Amino acid sequence: MLTPESLAQIDRELTKYPADQRRSATMSALRIAQVEHRWLSNELIEFVANYIGIPPVAAYEVATFYNMFDRKPVGRHKLTVCTNLPCALSGGADAGKYLQQKLGIGYGETTADGRFTLMEGECMGACGYAPVMLVNNHSMCNHMTPEAIDKKLAELE
Amino acid sequence: MLEIEIDGKKLTVPGGSTVMDAANSVGVHIPHFCYHKKLSIAANCRMCLVQVEKAPKPLPACATPVTDGMKVYTHSDMAVKAQKGVMEFLLINHPLDCPICDQGGECQLQDLAVGYGQSSSRYEEEKRVVPNKNLGPLISTDMTRCIHCSRCVRFTEEIAGYQELGMPGRGEHTEVMSFIGKTVNSEISGNVIDLCPVGALTSKPFRYSARTWELSRRKSVSPHDGLGANLVVQVKDHRVKRVLPLENEAINECWLADRDRFSYEALNSEERLTKPLIKQGGVWQEADWQSALEYVANGLKDIVDAHGAGSIAGVATEHATVEELYLLKQLFAGLGSHNVETRLRAADHGLKTAGATWLGQSIVDVATAEAVLVIGSTLRKEQPLLAQRLRQGVKKGLKLSVVNPHADDLLTALAGQVVVRPDQLVEGVLAVVKAVVDAKGVAAPAQIDLSGVEADDAARAIAASFADKEKTAIVLGNVAQQNPRYAELYAAAAALAELTGAKLGVLGAAANSVGAQLVGATGAGNVFAEPKKAYVLLNTEVEFDVGDSLQALRAVQGAAMVVALSSFGSCALEHADVILPVSPFSETSGTFVNMEGKAQSFNGVVRPLGETRPAWKVFRVLGNLLGLENFNFNSSEEVRDIALAGDLAAKLSNALAAPVAVKAQAASGVVRLGEVPIYQADLLTRRAPSLQATVDGAAPQLKANAATLARLGLSIGGQALVKQGQGDAQLAVELDNGLADDVVRVPANHPLTRALGAFVGPVDVTQA
Repeated sequence: MLTPESLAQIDRELTKYPADQRRSATMSALRIAQVEHRWLSNELIEFVANYIGIPPVAAYEVATFYNMFDRKPVGRHKLTVCTNLPCALSGGADAGKYLQQKLGIGYGETTADGRFTLMEGECMGACGYAPVMLVNNHSMCNHMTPEAIDKKLAELE
Repeated sequence: MLEIEIDGKKLTVPGGSTVMDAANSVGVHIPHFCYHKKLSIAANCRMCLVQVEKAPKPLPACATPVTDGMKVYTHSDMAVKAQKGVMEFLLINHPLDCPICDQGGECQLQDLAVGYGQSSSRYEEEKRVVPNKNLGPLISTDMTRCIHCSRCVRFTEEIAGYQELGMPGRGEHTEVMSFIGKTVNSEISGNVIDLCPVGALTSKPFRYSARTWELSRRKSVSPHDGLGANLVVQVKDHRVKRVLPLENEAINECWLADRDRFSYEALNSEERLTKPLIKQGGVWQEADWQSALEYVANGLKDIVDAHGAGSIAGVATEHATVEELYLLKQLFAGLGSHNVETRLRAADHGLKTAGATWLGQSIVDVATAEAVLVIGSTLRKEQPLLAQRLRQGVKKGLKLSVVNPHADDLLTALAGQVVVRPDQLVEGVLAVVKAVVDAKGVAAPAQIDLSGVEADDAARAIAASFADKEKTAIVLGNVAQQNPRYAELYAAAAALAELTGAKLGVLGAAANSVGAQLVGATGAGNVFAEPKKAYVLLNTEVEFDVGDSLQALRAVQGAAMVVALSSFGSCALEHADVILPVSPFSETSGTFVNMEGKAQSFNGVVRPLGETRPAWKVFRVLGNLLGLENFNFNSSEEVRDIALAGDLAAKLSNALAAPVAVKAQAASGVVRLGEVPIYQADLLTRRAPSLQATVDGAAPQLKANAATLARLGLSIGGQALVKQGQGDAQLAVELDNGLADDVVRVPANHPLTRALGAFVGPVDVTQA
């Protein structure tokens, strides 16, 4: 279910922990799997669990605990806007509204062409750079004014 | 040792104890839900909060280590206030509808809510609702009632060895569940029902059939495996309604295997017989006991007079009680015959030992040994609770290794694993012997010919696990005992034990395997090889209880007279001439001697169903009718005292009576590995619908490794035709890469495979 490159990355994560504690690599392995498939299906979670050698339910526990693991299909680009208080006061709420309007979707929804999914996020620890937006869990964008948002959206295929 | 004070009581406890341990040791009860003495500490229910002097806030007793001079107050205002607060939180989401809950009356939450709960709830918002889960045919769920103590999750992970249950989700959305679509398949899964402190996990077969306070509790002993688990049988209106564990730290601790717990369903089966039956002109007629017994007595006498005492045979399983087996043996002795056999699944009757073969030590000793080698055993299915105990031992440093014809996962770490063909188990053990001989630089024991034997890495790993250890054990399981070269296998294991200083043991296959030997109800060998004129079958289904079931069925069908003493109709309706309805273990007093040589007597827990009679009484009357001496017993205790007279321990011995020569042999060709599926082992489990509905009770499959499947032209999921002797069977094909090449694993003693022959032997397998 995963490419050799992804499996190699998981193998690398596994080497960071003692041989009898492979379970420790569960979070990293799920992250790597999600990067490849964009979301974690139950089959993928089971595959990852079997690959690490832990019971599937143990991986499922991790996948359901952290909200950056997506267990439903998402668009090609998942945009997470922080709407916690400091961001909200500094334009985060407006950025979110602008994105909703521009994409024609609400929080937790995906555009019809499957290009964008919009999510409401929790504090990303970058309140000084508000409003902040996270793209695909990995790239953080600062000062997301409407212009900056337009520019960013244009970059994302 | 640390000196502490709990509620003003001074005590000393060992370092490393928790406040909960200390309180328990002086009989102070601290309310709790998630704490369980056999499970790891979770400290997530918070119910056990207590006040500790100098601590700024209440501390959880289960997770707080004792320190010297600590003063603990378990019922101070601060402690009780904290406990009441926790209880209020727990009751926020828990339904307050005890009258419709199956746990009502035996619910720890209900009990503690009486002590720590308010009379009404301040919570007016909506309660959380959690969908129920399908955990299989044994465990019923009411997940809204779950208080997230995580005992069941910790049980599957720590005791059962594989985490089948988990707690996905976060915060309020946390739910206990198995992985999507999976059931809980452990052979000891039923224990989560006992562990659940609320009504979230309850017994599916028992659900809504009785209230706990309506049930009488009676002690008994499990009739299944050789452990002899202690039971509390719960009874209402002379029917067994439920079975729970009776705690016995030396035997079953506080656990039960699922077959101990759920096999009671068979006791209330529709198939139970209530009246004696005699076949007249091919038609079954109900009869009274007197005429049925006279018919049997006269019939046996006539056959002995006409054909000699060698023409009759008595057959019973090792699940029968000491009293029953002793009287069966005495009855035959009175008729001049020694043809009584209980080792029905054995293929090799050649082994002779100085006494009754047994575990060689206590169950606790095996579990606390430093190294244990298990030879020929599907341990989790044969002795589920012993497997569990060894798993706990491994966590404390026990080196466990196996020599097996398969690589079934024991769900614990192995120090060494030798996998061989089922007809090469002897060679597997010899390889370990060779490794030990090489490592120690000593000569092999006389009678053991090591020519041609090579020790591989696996064998050397096992040898290494025994090196420099003092307390070690080597045990032989069912697969070994059913092996066609059992005597050689035993001798090889004995030699290995001698070389390593290990104690040799035999894992009694059934509840009374040791008892059957002690009363002499074995030794006749295969009583079906040469068909007899008459058979007396005690709770024996020849198709399912005998190794070569086809041979046995033919012999019984060809006999002039077959007397079946049976609890169930279907056992013998086809081939018997007389059926005498006898009591299962729940309706008779009796004694089982478990694998560690401990005789455990029990009373009947309910009265015999209909006109059913305890088998020991039937034999007594038959003895009287035949005019035999010494058959005037008034109670089963009198029978037991004679049957087990003298020092039991002195009659147990695993020493070989005569040396057995062991030599490695070559083997080739496709060979069958036959084993009895866990829920086909005895006539009760075979009739327990819930057990049959589990994954372990599913239709058997033919299993082989990928190379063998390819060579035989079989595809996974396809059908295979297995031919052995004159019989055949058609089975679905499944992959098992833990098997050696050319081994096909075909379960035995199952309706689908009963037409096949020996457990281990050549078979023809083709695509069906």
